Amino acid sequence: MKIHIKNGHLIDPKNGVDAKQDLFIAAGKIIAIGKAPEGFIANQTIDATDLVIIPGLVDVSARLREPGFEHKATLESEMQAAAAGGVTSLACPPDTEPVLDEPGLVEMLKHRAKQLNQAHVYPLGALTHQLAGKEITEMCELSEAGCVGFSQADVAIKDTQVLWRAMQYAATFDFTVWLRPEEPYLAKDGVAHDGEVAARLGLKGIPAAAETLAIASILRIAKETGAKVHLCRLSTAEGVEMIRTAKKAGQQVTCDVSANHLHLTDVDIGYFDANTHLKPPARSQRDKTALSNGLADNTIDAICSDHTPVDDDAKLYPFAEAEAGATGLELLLPLTLKWAQDNKIRLNDAIKHITQAPANILGIAAGELSLNSNADICVFDPKEYWKIEPKALLSQGKNTPFLGLELPGKVKYTLVNGHIVHG
Amino acid sequence: MQNPQLNNDGKLKHLLSIEGLPKKILNQILDAAESFLGVAEREVKKVPLLRGKTVCNLFFENSTRTRTTFEIAAKRLSADVITLNVSTSSQSKGETILDTIDNLTAMHADMFVVRHSQSGAAHMIAKHVAPHISVINAGDGRHAHPTQGLLDVFTIRKYKPEMHNLRVAIVGDVLHSRVARSEIHALTTLGVPEVRVIAPKTLLPEDVEKLGVHVYHDITEGLKDVDVVMMLRLQNERMAGAMLPSSQEYFKTYGLTAEKLTLAKPDAIVMHPGPMNRGVEIDSAVADGPQSVILPQVTYGIAVRMAVMSILAGN
Repeated sequence: MKIHIKNGHLIDPKNGVDAKQDLFIAAGKIIAIGKAPEGFIANQTIDATDLVIIPGLVDVSARLREPGFEHKATLESEMQAAAAGGVTSLACPPDTEPVLDEPGLVEMLKHRAKQLNQAHVYPLGALTHQLAGKEITEMCELSEAGCVGFSQADVAIKDTQVLWRAMQYAATFDFTVWLRPEEPYLAKDGVAHDGEVAARLGLKGIPAAAETLAIASILRIAKETGAKVHLCRLSTAEGVEMIRTAKKAGQQVTCDVSANHLHLTDVDIGYFDANTHLKPPARSQRDKTALSNGLADNTIDAICSDHTPVDDDAKLYPFAEAEAGATGLELLLPLTLKWAQDNKIRLNDAIKHITQAPANILGIAAGELSLNSNADICVFDPKEYWKIEPKALLSQGKNTPFLGLELPGKVKYTLVNGHIVHG
Repeated sequence: MQNPQLNNDGKLKHLLSIEGLPKKILNQILDAAESFLGVAEREVKKVPLLRGKTVCNLFFENSTRTRTTFEIAAKRLSADVITLNVSTSSQSKGETILDTIDNLTAMHADMFVVRHSQSGAAHMIAKHVAPHISVINAGDGRHAHPTQGLLDVFTIRKYKPEMHNLRVAIVGDVLHSRVARSEIHALTTLGVPEVRVIAPKTLLPEDVEKLGVHVYHDITEGLKDVDVVMMLRLQNERMAGAMLPSSQEYFKTYGLTAEKLTLAKPDAIVMHPGPMNRGVEIDSAVADGPQSVILPQVTYGIAVRMAVMSILAGN
């Protein structure tokens, strides 16, 4: 299959491209940029006039809900959602049922995903058995099975000795440890940012210190053990500042923020909107601004969707009892574009956070439009606004705090390995 | 975001929280309550305002006083009343709240009085019910207990009509108290110039001062020259643990005794939403003393609840 994408505006942060350029694809690879190779005859031509061509999005956190939670979402539905969102590579956290702590499970997931022939799926293995924070997993075996890192998903390790050993072991083999920094005792039963809104609504708060305390101990242990750490879902201003300082001091650490947190504050809970029940909670305006600034100066590396499809029933409870999480694969690009618009960020710089930077974190060859790289491509209309509503989403999860909003950026074509998977 | 308690004409549709209600509506309820006070004095303690209507008391959490007063209020308005203690029936069989609501709606309930242990439960139900049904929040988690807040300000208005010239202290576990939150909003909405909260730091929510209150940790300072002392109940499970060392120490530091009460104005009134823990948050000498208006609060509670139901029914 030979494809010619013509007349589009090419943005490729990795190679510093921001210009009108044609792309030529053959055998799943990009074989030419700008000028057609001699004798190239396309089987299909995509007219990208007024459209933007970027590397396929790389999402460092998307829950596909398989195995175990097929009533919330299936691989089929979520891979379609990924394609519709322009996401061509994604990492999925290990909090499935059973937990991704055995090579067989990882192989099965990889195999299922491969059969669907859509986005590349990169599982994160569990750092500890059952995520229970007691025994470390067979990281080498899991890595061979296809895990690209080791994560505790939303479950913090309480025992610092175990955390220390887990990081030491991971460091031995140069595996990256993925942790969402949250001190479990301070965060216990909390469902909202500990501030005025929680006080008014009578919701149990999670203080910012729950994040900063965890960051402090994780960074310290990482330094002592030499482990590479990726910190997931930053939510506080102080947390961003701590990582800024650590990076300046030369520590090997990366981090991400969810697209939700670039737009929401605790005020958006409104009258107990269960769709705004997220982990970590959306915090204050000051925190939101700090997250935005952290991205702008590259303290925060990546924006992720933190895609968590929840079935409708699980949201039909009072706020605290409603399951946390929001659907996100199809919103990652629009929310990133909106963030860039609102904060006057160059498109090139914004796109980097959902392509090149997350690919670097995962250590995968993706997120770029280089010559001979995989033809994983997203073509979108930056000017088209679309309304976020259940029927507009392919994900089985229709839960999002942005329901009813119109957001910019409609994906027109998604290509994985040179195949059109959407469009 | 539209206030879910008001309809398009700005009239009360549900009573979910005092927060966000205009002063006009609060006064409308309080004035109506005034007119219902007399009903209890009559030989036939009934008015026909809710005749033919079905009021459903749904208690997902235990309550005696609130449930009983709502029941009496509905009956005095001639409504048919069903009271369900759901904590002991369908919930334990795994039925969701909204399923329970749908079933009762199918039985043609007109009004739900709901108590639930989770903040936001009443809002969720109000969002779900058919347009002709009204929901009254009888307490949701730590969030709100609007009829309690209303009966408290009604009581204050009875004894201290000059609301614009009052200093009110709320003492105790504000963190876990839906009563405190509703009282604070009712008082500030009605123009009480100084509302104080008095508690140890462990029993105050973060940023509580943003609700418009002055924070005191020392009760002897906090009670100085106040006109009204509103005590809060301390739940048993909080008397010892990480929030407080013991009920004895709590009584010593924050319990209201006759001696501490002398710091308030000589004609200050003492209130408590009940049920009281004598010797923990309040000394019996004060609870039963001349400045206590704790029992009148209960009586007024019926009139206030009648007023709310009657207004919601369109009267």
